[in-house]
Amino acid sequence: MRNYKNVIAAYSIMIFLIILVGIFQSWSIALTILNYCLISAVMTIGANIQWGYAGLINFGIMGYTALGGLAVVLVSVEPVKKAWQVGGLNILACIWIIVAIIFVVKFILNRFNKSKLRNYSVASVILGGIILLRITAAPGIEAIESVDPAKTGFLGGMGLPVLLSWIFGALLAGSLAFVIGKIALGLRADYLAIATLLIAEIIVSIIKHEEWLARGVKNVIGLKRPAPYEIDLQTSEWFINLVTKFNSSKLNLINSIVDKQEALNQMVIDASSVYVKLCFTGLFLTVVIILLIVTQKALYSPWGRKMRAIRDNEEAASAMGKNIVKEHLLIFILGSAIVGLAGAMMVTNDGLFTPGSYRPMRYTFVIWVMVIVGGTGNNFGAILGGFVVWFLWVEAAPIALFLINLFTSHLPETNAVRVHLIESAPYFRFLVIGMGLLLIMRYRPQGIIPEKIIKQ
Amino acid sequence: MDFLNAIIVLFNFTVIPALAYGSQLALGAIFVTLIYAVLRFANFATGDMMSFGTMFAVILTYYFQSLGFGLGVLPTALLTIPFAILMMILYMLIIDKFVFSYYRLKKSPPVQFAMVSVGVMFVTQALIRIIIGPSDRRFLDGEKFIIKATEFKEMTGLAEGITLKSTQAITIIVTLIVVSIMFWFLNRTKTGTSMRAYSDNEDLALLSGIDPKRVVLITWIIAGILATIGGVLYGLDKSYRPFVYFNNMLPIFAAAIVGGIGNPFGAFLGGYVIAFAEIFVTYAYKRFISYLLPEHLEPDSLLQLLSTDYKFAVSFSILVIVLLIRPSGIFKGKVI
Repeated sequence: MRNYKNVIAAYSIMIFLIILVGIFQSWSIALTILNYCLISAVMTIGANIQWGYAGLINFGIMGYTALGGLAVVLVSVEPVKKAWQVGGLNILACIWIIVAIIFVVKFILNRFNKSKLRNYSVASVILGGIILLRITAAPGIEAIESVDPAKTGFLGGMGLPVLLSWIFGALLAGSLAFVIGKIALGLRADYLAIATLLIAEIIVSIIKHEEWLARGVKNVIGLKRPAPYEIDLQTSEWFINLVTKFNSSKLNLINSIVDKQEALNQMVIDASSVYVKLCFTGLFLTVVIILLIVTQKALYSPWGRKMRAIRDNEEAASAMGKNIVKEHLLIFILGSAIVGLAGAMMVTNDGLFTPGSYRPMRYTFVIWVMVIVGGTGNNFGAILGGFVVWFLWVEAAPIALFLINLFTSHLPETNAVRVHLIESAPYFRFLVIGMGLLLIMRYRPQGIIPEKIIKQ
Repeated sequence: MDFLNAIIVLFNFTVIPALAYGSQLALGAIFVTLIYAVLRFANFATGDMMSFGTMFAVILTYYFQSLGFGLGVLPTALLTIPFAILMMILYMLIIDKFVFSYYRLKKSPPVQFAMVSVGVMFVTQALIRIIIGPSDRRFLDGEKFIIKATEFKEMTGLAEGITLKSTQAITIIVTLIVVSIMFWFLNRTKTGTSMRAYSDNEDLALLSGIDPKRVVLITWIIAGILATIGGVLYGLDKSYRPFVYFNNMLPIFAAAIVGGIGNPFGAFLGGYVIAFAEIFVTYAYKRFISYLLPEHLEPDSLLQLLSTDYKFAVSFSILVIVLLIRPSGIFKGKVI
């Protein structure tokens, strides 16, 4: 039972901190942080499945996050009919060419023995295929991108409800992980890290530069929402009544009717943004809880024990007849699919898809820091890591600013050192995260909430 | 004549930039490979360490310029490199003392080292941004061009010209000097031999009386020299922007692995392989071909295999292919 006390204490402190932000900054900011904490928690669950359960090092988290985000665009945006008319045929032809290339390559690989000739023919098929692709795609892409380029200029999506895109994002990321896993999982740990890092970079650069797909760096804005819009709330009767009811004591203090109406309007505006964020919080919390229950069950099932056995001693597990390659591939796909889900959730929360913002620092390394700080191999730990690190990532700058002001308060306002430090306050987040990681790795390598083995 | 023009076009737009870029990558790749061979981990802080060294060079360049020191036609930055190297080595030794040495004594697995180097990466990035800020800085002074295109055209009477920037020439020359000294050191001196022995077989090296502390110290010193020079040369050629250095780490890793990680000579050539591949695949051959073909056959399209947006993707794809076909790299794993 002592272990559970630790967990409860750690989570209570975290929630207390978020409430503090609500009191001192604003409830809207606190809820934004909480929502991002929950999204980070989903990502860390995914990364923790790969690293904590199976010891696979995947530095490609950014790529799967971006794919999840792409899924939101592909599923929820209304299709651009004109773009499909002018260039859809070429794109469909390209998909068939890619499928044909894959089948021809597979056929050659299966049919002929390993030889130089085989290698050259595979290479020439791929090269010829790429040239054919470019010739087929070029006119189509040009036509699509010239359809009202300021607003669309891309194929659009399927126009389905946005929540479906979460599942689609997971599927997309999972299927990509299948391909990458097939290619890269045989590599040694540090090679795997580098390879996945670079493959993620390739994925993001494709999403960034193929504008017919999702507008690339021009961004897609105004995505659908699974929650009501603020404007609708502010004009609906029941919501205003609700706000009046909650704030009746405050409103009663104001005497003049004009002032009262003004105060009420301001309250309604504030409350509508809080309400929308609360809706998101509810959705995300549901996802986190479902994932937590499933992963927790999996961890303590025979399957989880098998994964830990493979992680701790591959040779012994292999000698017991476990198929290590297959299990690694499975866990790679599962973890990546969860990360893809998180990516879709994040884009839904933001309401916009900005491929230019996917950077390895923010989407790969920070997530890894979360897993390691929180506790590898323990889902509660990983989620806590997501909360703690995201909180620090956001709040480091204000805290640093406060501390700088405190320590340099004896200096005049125009002092060069003081001005410079205040200007560079946002970068203290890197310092905090880095030092945090180094200290945890050194003095508590299992993380805040260590892995717990239940003997059965 | 047309043939000569075609060659010059190709030379001007691909070979010279690729040689300069390849040299910068090569220095970084040797740095990665050396750390990998002797200290046995993939250093994810590579790009930021190069940036850190460059930062000192930039600050000192501004300081020297304000004092009026300079090298005339050569950039002042060359004068500041030795001081920057000293600061860089000091920083690396501090990092090693407080961070890496603990895990080395514990004989931690390479993955743990890699994660620790991610922590170092964060801290280094923070320090750089706090000290100098994230903005774009140019610190090149002195003569900008050695050969200008117009002068070349006048001299030879050809339709195409060659432009040779002084930074490109300096990059190639300095890289060749540094790399030859380093190979001489590794292959001919006693200390270099002891480093190779340590990287080949740690236990045997310890048995024959090689001091591991000294080997590690010298590795960091060489690493500091390579990182600073590589970073300063890149900064002179393009400009100094901290986040660009982080991105450069990725092609540098690609170069080190393509060349066979742990093999400095492989890393040196790997840098050029990556640079030439990136530039040759993304170069538009229209002008080159139009000189070679008769006029009525001139191509309409740019004849570009991939757009320049995919520059990095090319090097990463090469890396993935190499990892698949020959994980030990082109020059097989003779560890330093």
